[in-house]
Amino acid sequence: MSVLYIVVPLALVIVAVFVAFFVWSVRSGQMDDLDSPATRVMLDDDGTPITRPADRAAKADAARR
Amino acid sequence: MDDVPRSTVCAHCGLCVPAWMVTPGGSEQFCCAGCRAAYELIRGCGLDRYYALRDELAPGSKSIAGSNRQFAEFDDPAFMKLHCRVCDAPAAGACVRTVDLLLEGVHCGACMWLLEKLPQLVPGVTSARLHAGRNVLTVTWDDAAVRLSRICATLAKLGYTPHAARASRDGRAASEQDRAMLARVGVAGALAGNVMLIFLALYAGAFDSMDPGHVRLFRIISTALSVLCLLWPGRVLIDGAIAAIRTRTPHLDVPISLGLVLGTAWGVYNTVRGTGELYYDSISVLIFFLLIGRYIQQKQQRWASSSVELLFSLTPQGATVITEQGEQEVSVESLLPGQTVLVRSGQSVPVDGVVVKGSSTLDRSLLTGESQPVSIEPGQEVFAGTVNVAAPLHVLVSSTGEQTRVGRLMRMVEEGSRRKGRMLLLADRAATWFLVAIVGLAVATLVIWWRVSPSVAIENAVALLVVTCPCGLGLATPMVMTIAMGRAARAGMLIKDAQTVERLADAARSRGVIALDKTGTLTDGRATVVSIEGEMHTLRLAACLVASSNHRVARAIVDAAKRAELTTQPLDLTRVRAREISGRGVIGTVGATNVIVGSEAFVRSRLGASEADGLAKGPGQGPQALSRVAIAVDGKIRTVLSLADQVRGDAREAIASLRSAGLEPIVLSGDEQAVVQSIGRSLGIADEALHAGLSPEEKLAEIESIKARRAVIMVGDGVNDAPALAAASVGIAVRGGAEASLEAADVYLRSEGVRPVVELIAGSRRVMRAIWLTIFTSVAYNVVAATLCMAGLVNPLLAAIIMPASSFTVLAVALLHPSFRPTTSRGVASTDGGVS
Repeated sequence: MSVLYIVVPLALVIVAVFVAFFVWSVRSGQMDDLDSPATRVMLDDDGTPITRPADRAAKADAARR
Repeated sequence: MDDVPRSTVCAHCGLCVPAWMVTPGGSEQFCCAGCRAAYELIRGCGLDRYYALRDELAPGSKSIAGSNRQFAEFDDPAFMKLHCRVCDAPAAGACVRTVDLLLEGVHCGACMWLLEKLPQLVPGVTSARLHAGRNVLTVTWDDAAVRLSRICATLAKLGYTPHAARASRDGRAASEQDRAMLARVGVAGALAGNVMLIFLALYAGAFDSMDPGHVRLFRIISTALSVLCLLWPGRVLIDGAIAAIRTRTPHLDVPISLGLVLGTAWGVYNTVRGTGELYYDSISVLIFFLLIGRYIQQKQQRWASSSVELLFSLTPQGATVITEQGEQEVSVESLLPGQTVLVRSGQSVPVDGVVVKGSSTLDRSLLTGESQPVSIEPGQEVFAGTVNVAAPLHVLVSSTGEQTRVGRLMRMVEEGSRRKGRMLLLADRAATWFLVAIVGLAVATLVIWWRVSPSVAIENAVALLVVTCPCGLGLATPMVMTIAMGRAARAGMLIKDAQTVERLADAARSRGVIALDKTGTLTDGRATVVSIEGEMHTLRLAACLVASSNHRVARAIVDAAKRAELTTQPLDLTRVRAREISGRGVIGTVGATNVIVGSEAFVRSRLGASEADGLAKGPGQGPQALSRVAIAVDGKIRTVLSLADQVRGDAREAIASLRSAGLEPIVLSGDEQAVVQSIGRSLGIADEALHAGLSPEEKLAEIESIKARRAVIMVGDGVNDAPALAAASVGIAVRGGAEASLEAADVYLRSEGVRPVVELIAGSRRVMRAIWLTIFTSVAYNVVAATLCMAGLVNPLLAAIIMPASSFTVLAVALLHPSFRPTTSRGVASTDGGVS
């Protein structure tokens, strides 16, 4: 089983790569908030445009003219 | 019964709408103006999906009614500098800033949806992102398009009162530290996992035979991984130990690091010489578990108080100076003693000074906690932070900023917190004993086995150091504390840190004193109608007239009408015309009826000083009576109400519970002797334990004199309690408290009254019992392990089994032991729903 001399260090290199990814994701702040994304997924936007009273009044004025 | 509407539940908050407040023919009903405003704002922007979402995600949860608070102090440049971060301005003329706001009332996913729609609600806001776990909303906005005060006023109107998130001050540094720790945990986990896999192979090879070349490969690789684990993630433990040794403070890191370093060093030696045991799997898993504990500990909320910031939240930053040219708006910092400022009615006084012109009434509750406004004449002294109620005043400045009385009070708060210092946690005190015991046993093992063979002796001694490492303790005590504090937070008790829990339990155990403020803690803090003389039906008319006023007395009248539920016939609020004369009363018409509501003097003056009312002018209702309010209908006084600040219903029982917990209750109040005495008697507190008429400085002095002999817990809510809260062994701020008392205190209770304090103390004692239990379990395991080591019976496989077993047992104790339970009082106004 002399392949072990190659395979085991290779496996460690792969581990190192993944650890590097993990450290990068932590340092760039992706792990700061783990609670809100879970809820945010549930809230889908049905895309209806939202109008403010001021905008609606302006639109009504424009329509009247 | 006429016209009973289909639904009598408030469309916004879900609470019951009393029948007389129902609008006939309206499809939605509201229980108060705040709910109506919030609903209309949400509806007006087309966001009523909020209500559907709320029912879907968190059925049964209640929204909070909105408030009318304006946040002018948030626009102040000094505030902005402290709390807001400036973004690189993308467009010309834009001034984009970011702020973190701590929100009250966030309770479900629907709130998150609504809050993140803030850009649509308030033009000028570019983004709003909610951190659900910490209830912090990060808002980015263009300061040129909209001011922060408008954004905050909108949030308050929706029911989410914002506070400046203090953490954002050192937020940058704090989150860097958290991230670094999380990275260490992850790396330690990866290394520990791989070391365990390699050791699995080694153990398997130990029973059968294994190619020596492979054995050497695995030993070398695991040495490399383990040394890396010690020097990279494990470095914090060693640094902590060195710091503790240097400052001669006991800390668990010292015995832990001893085991880790010696174990690794001996393992390196054994790998080099080719024979001997390796304990790397136990060591790296130990590092991993300990770092998890540290990470959890580090993420606890940090509160800190600085007197300058506190001052900003209490006093206005702008003032109107009166010069020969006329009135001029300046900032308070530029004022000098000798200048004269104009304080309009409704404004806070910006400086300490003497009144030179004008007579008015002043609300001094900021400083004294007194609920009654006092009249003020030229020649009298006024203090910064008090509110001028009735008429404009000209004030000659005598001191400003930090030299004002309230400024000095805030400095006392800061000093009090500093002097309190750090207490050694129980686990840290146990660390010294551990160290001594472990080192002693290791030396004993060396001595016993040296005559047999030195290397066996060292093997056994190292094994002892590794296996008896107090990993269970190092992990369990932070876990117990963090889980307990999390449970407490869900029950509405926000605790600053672990020391507070220990101090609370110690105070109860050592028969300490608990000092209670009167107004707001023992009493409702609001005016309540306690008796009605004359005709009852006028109450309804008066309630309609004053329904839109925010004055304390107006709310008392509305409450009384709700409680009386005089008729189920709905009254049309749209036919009310009311005019409020600030501070004195309301005059107007309800339908066709003329109604006047106000103090007796006010009403009489409006009616033309008519003496013959047919009502006996009875004496005051005793020392508790705040004031008498008259209701005149169609030209004649028909009803006189007596208002008082009532003692809470559960207060007496709560005081008794506090006594049985081992604490001695006393009352410290700024209010008059007679009032405090009558309340004390009704609660069963002896007269010697009642202290009345205290200024904030006197409260502080009282607390310090008690602290010299016994532990003292202080419960209060006003600014006048803040220095005492900071100086006490544990300061507890209750709901509705001023910003300053929140900063000064160690615990913030979101529910009202004294009952939550009882639960807080009971919970703290349970937590300490859990910690003792974990220490005991840990010691039991270590005794067994040490015996095995000294008998030479232990090998790495056995160690790898014993150590996680001890950790998991201790963890199980930590998780399963009861700590804080939610209070069942009706005062809990917000519930934590399904987000966290």
